[in-house]
Amino acid sequence: MTRPRQRRGAGNQPPLPAVVLGLIGLVVFFGLPLAGLLWRAPWSDVASVLRDPHARDALRVSLICSLSATGLSVLFGIPIAWLLARGRFPGLNAVRALATLPLVLPPVVGGVALFYAFGRRGLIGEWLSRWFGIQLPFTIWAAIIAETFVAMPFFIITVEGALRSLDTRYEEAAATFGARRWTIFRRVTVPMIAPSIAAGMALTWARALGEFGATITFAGNFPGKTQTLPLAIYLAFENNDPAGIVLSILLLAISIVVLAVVGSRVFANRAREAGG
Amino acid sequence: MSATGLVCDVRVRLGTLDLDVSLRAAPGELIVLVGPNGAGKSTLLRSLAGLLPIDAGRIALDDTVLDDPGQGAFVPAARRSVGVVFQNGLLFDHLSVVENVAFGLRSRKTSAREARRVAAGWLTRLGFDADAGVRPGQLSGGQIQRVALARALAFEPRLLLLDEPFAALDATTRVEVRRELRRHLDSIDAPKILVTHDPVEALAMADRLVVLEHGHVVQQGTADDVRARPRSLYAADLVGIHLLRGTARDGVVTLSDGREIVAATDGALSGTVLVTIHPRAIALHSRRPEGAARNVWSATVADVDDDGDRVRVRLGEPVPLVVEITRGGRSALALEAGSPVWVSLKASEITVQPD
Repeated sequence: MTRPRQRRGAGNQPPLPAVVLGLIGLVVFFGLPLAGLLWRAPWSDVASVLRDPHARDALRVSLICSLSATGLSVLFGIPIAWLLARGRFPGLNAVRALATLPLVLPPVVGGVALFYAFGRRGLIGEWLSRWFGIQLPFTIWAAIIAETFVAMPFFIITVEGALRSLDTRYEEAAATFGARRWTIFRRVTVPMIAPSIAAGMALTWARALGEFGATITFAGNFPGKTQTLPLAIYLAFENNDPAGIVLSILLLAISIVVLAVVGSRVFANRAREAGG
Repeated sequence: MSATGLVCDVRVRLGTLDLDVSLRAAPGELIVLVGPNGAGKSTLLRSLAGLLPIDAGRIALDDTVLDDPGQGAFVPAARRSVGVVFQNGLLFDHLSVVENVAFGLRSRKTSAREARRVAAGWLTRLGFDADAGVRPGQLSGGQIQRVALARALAFEPRLLLLDEPFAALDATTRVEVRRELRRHLDSIDAPKILVTHDPVEALAMADRLVVLEHGHVVQQGTADDVRARPRSLYAADLVGIHLLRGTARDGVVTLSDGREIVAATDGALSGTVLVTIHPRAIALHSRRPEGAARNVWSATVADVDDDGDRVRVRLGEPVPLVVEITRGGRSALALEAGSPVWVSLKASEITVQPD
């Protein structure tokens, strides 16, 4: 819980080169880009850009897709995390590698992969199309799938870690009080890892909101249908449209709000979980 | 289904532990399971609770078979009626106190309102006087134990298991909780098994002591039985401590037979007390020792038990104590059954606590 406060004595002050390098890194990689964005922002145009139907469409598509992707990640991610944390079966490591592959896979490659799985000529896309008349590519469903593909691993690894560090004696205690598996899961396991679930959701949503490569490859770039904020920003930037910067600032603001509101509380809780 | 209590024959191999225990507990009986760390106490409790299937043997509670690998029978923890008070309480921090206590009832499909009503009743009965709506994180050690006990009792289990219920308590709370616990446990009709490695707790609580070492029961019986003939070093150390009841007044304790013992207390204690006499407090002499005025009396040796390493001398009236001495000490005092001997107690090695 409360860690003993470290005295700032001679032994634990960072060496000067580390301070200098750290400061340079902070300024070059984080400070300057942010300053550039704010410096070039056409503040007088903000109102008109935000009223622009194209921008509003992109915002709407972005919110729908990223929230849906977060929902799907929770729905499927908790069971997957549970399997990875508690499962005892051969090939467990291979399954974990599979579930976390999108973390390291270039998103464009992910988009291509999704296309050859669910596309009209894809592995199951052909059957979806022939039997159910469902065509996923270049629809909002494709954008949701692409964002889920890229973002869900963030949820899985966060929740898996929490399940691993969870003291299983509490679940055993619940069993002795008559709780069956589902009741234990619902009334003990999930509430005890709730802070990590919330943290995982925040990370997943932020990642889904910023998704670009897999979305544009698998879902295309159709305004009002599959064009999310990052896609709209890129297009506007290419066309020297000031809306690009305004929308960038919009995404930046959303990110900061996520970090401030969810992040601080959640990460404080996780530190407590880890400490306790 | 009749209440015949617990009949178990448990064999479990777990790592280096080879547990092989046969145990019976009558309805209402309190068995105190003692033994060194790693003796298999917790493993036995886990088997009884249904958290660990046994490898061989049989566990039956009130004529219901809970575990019998030979017959392929195993009732999982959730369907056994076994209440457990876990070490450190293990209360659910995300639920309020009353929800913790209601947990067992809720799992058994009691309505939320009824479960809360019953839970609140148990909390009152067990003397929980804080706000039952708070989260357990804010409770004191003593309160946590009360809630943990209420949670284990609220669904009226047919077997109650208590795993080191005092371990996390400070000395003062420990005494208080132990007195309460004994009073509450007396009113529970189910068999009760309490695990501890604190000798005072063991002696103060037990109807019957079961000494477990290396996975086997080395001895069982009342505290007096075990004290008369401890069958292992551990048991001898455990019961080397004498626990007597008496009434305290101004630092003087009057035992039930009228003999007075002076203890090094601040004199503030009065009423019924438990007197703990450590073996090192007792000395035997062939003549009345000089100097010491109090806590000295003459007694007759009831019998002498020489097991080769240690010599145990059992004294008769007025205070039945068992004293361990060396073989050299025995020959110096020429002790045999029937020999007269002088006994002295060092007041500073006697502790007195409220009973």
